[in-house]
Amino acid sequence: MFEKLLQDLYGAVIRENRWQLYLEGLKNTLLIAGIACLIGILIGLVVALVKFVAAARPSPLWKAAAKVMNAYTTIIRGTPIIVQLLILYNLSYFTEGLYASIIGFGINSGAYVSEIFRSGLNSIDIGQQEAGRSLGLSLGQTMKLIVLPQAVKNTLPALFNEFIALLKETSVAGYIAVRDLTKVADGIRGRTFNSTPLYLAAVVYLIMVVGLAALQKRIERRLARSDRG
Amino acid sequence: MIEVKNLEKTFGELKVLRGITETINDGEKVAIIGPSGSGKSTFLRCLNLLERPTGGEIWFNGQNIAAKGCDIDSVRRHMGMVFQHFNLFPHLTIRDNITLAPINLKLYTPAQAKEKADALLERIGLSDKADTYPAMLSGGQKQRVAIVRALAMNPQVMLFDEPTSALDPEMVGEVLDVIREVAEEGMTMVIVTHEMGFAREVAGRVLFMDEGLIVEQNTPDQLFGNPQNERLQSFLSKVL
Repeated sequence: MFEKLLQDLYGAVIRENRWQLYLEGLKNTLLIAGIACLIGILIGLVVALVKFVAAARPSPLWKAAAKVMNAYTTIIRGTPIIVQLLILYNLSYFTEGLYASIIGFGINSGAYVSEIFRSGLNSIDIGQQEAGRSLGLSLGQTMKLIVLPQAVKNTLPALFNEFIALLKETSVAGYIAVRDLTKVADGIRGRTFNSTPLYLAAVVYLIMVVGLAALQKRIERRLARSDRG
Repeated sequence: MIEVKNLEKTFGELKVLRGITETINDGEKVAIIGPSGSGKSTFLRCLNLLERPTGGEIWFNGQNIAAKGCDIDSVRRHMGMVFQHFNLFPHLTIRDNITLAPINLKLYTPAQAKEKADALLERIGLSDKADTYPAMLSGGQKQRVAIVRALAMNPQVMLFDEPTSALDPEMVGEVLDVIREVAEEGMTMVIVTHEMGFAREVAGRVLFMDEGLIVEQNTPDQLFGNPQNERLQSFLSKVL
């Protein structure tokens, strides 16, 4: 029994230097998740701010911008990520699946992150904005110095949820021929004829998610300094 | 200093301010009283354009700040405001609450701003709280900090929007003491309040508002002692 396990592990990891394949897959997974996460935050922030300002300043230009943003979130949240990836991949600009998936996951995540930021912004009492403005700060300064720092703190749990989901979701990147961790593990499974590579992949995902959760706890604890009454 | 001409404000169908004309002179302390829903808070919030008037003019230092194209941010630097619910910034320390605007508006260097903040905190007896967060303060302490936060901008006028209405009764006194002190230094002040005793003591002039209009105004002694308007009489009989 124990010998069989060792043998399977040997076949899944060491034979033919297969561990290098996992590393390559892991690198792609992290690359997609990491860059897509940054793109998502950037898009999410812009979309949420546009919607927020449009609600406060009812000019036609802002209203139109908010409409565009709404269409974006509706379309992205209303269609499956795999379909989005396939469409992007088949646009001829993205012959490389890796680039298509980075862009695709970034755009996808942006829609969810924007909703997280929007609810975070709305959770801040309007009095905070009024206090900032009454001191002579501009709307931009008030957002940057007063509203956003508080909103980000409120959104942290939901934001980390999204990042964790994003990290795991990248496992469908194999659909567009990206050699991510899942794709690689599945490929090795085809050579070893057992599921050990998949278990290994699962463990690696799990470790990353547990790490992210630990990071979340640490950041939340640091930001909680101002809460203690 | 502030000249209001035929000020109107409507929310949808609701006419909250129905043509107010009023002048607030340099150094004057004006209290605004009236039943809830009479528009007194809206009037005050129109003075620094937290509410956009739907009609009329507001002249401050020779410019109509209700006009389109007026740089309201620079006008607001000269108008301090104190809110009913304090509105301290919970993510910043007490000192940073006070220095945030002066530093970011380049009024002072960070070192000057800190010095000024510490002097202000000393004045209200909260020096030991400088590095703590608002959540650790009582309501009265928060409101005192909110007052000096506005003072740190060296405003020409202070607007108080029911500054003691959200306080526990035993904390009202300490906040009124600070406001009284500011008044004694000659600050121009407009105070919306339910503290009739305080209005009587500090204000040079009291305005009584009802249904979006100033229906009576006078010196406190005259207004409280010899009210003419029927609605003012019935209001005073309920609150005094």
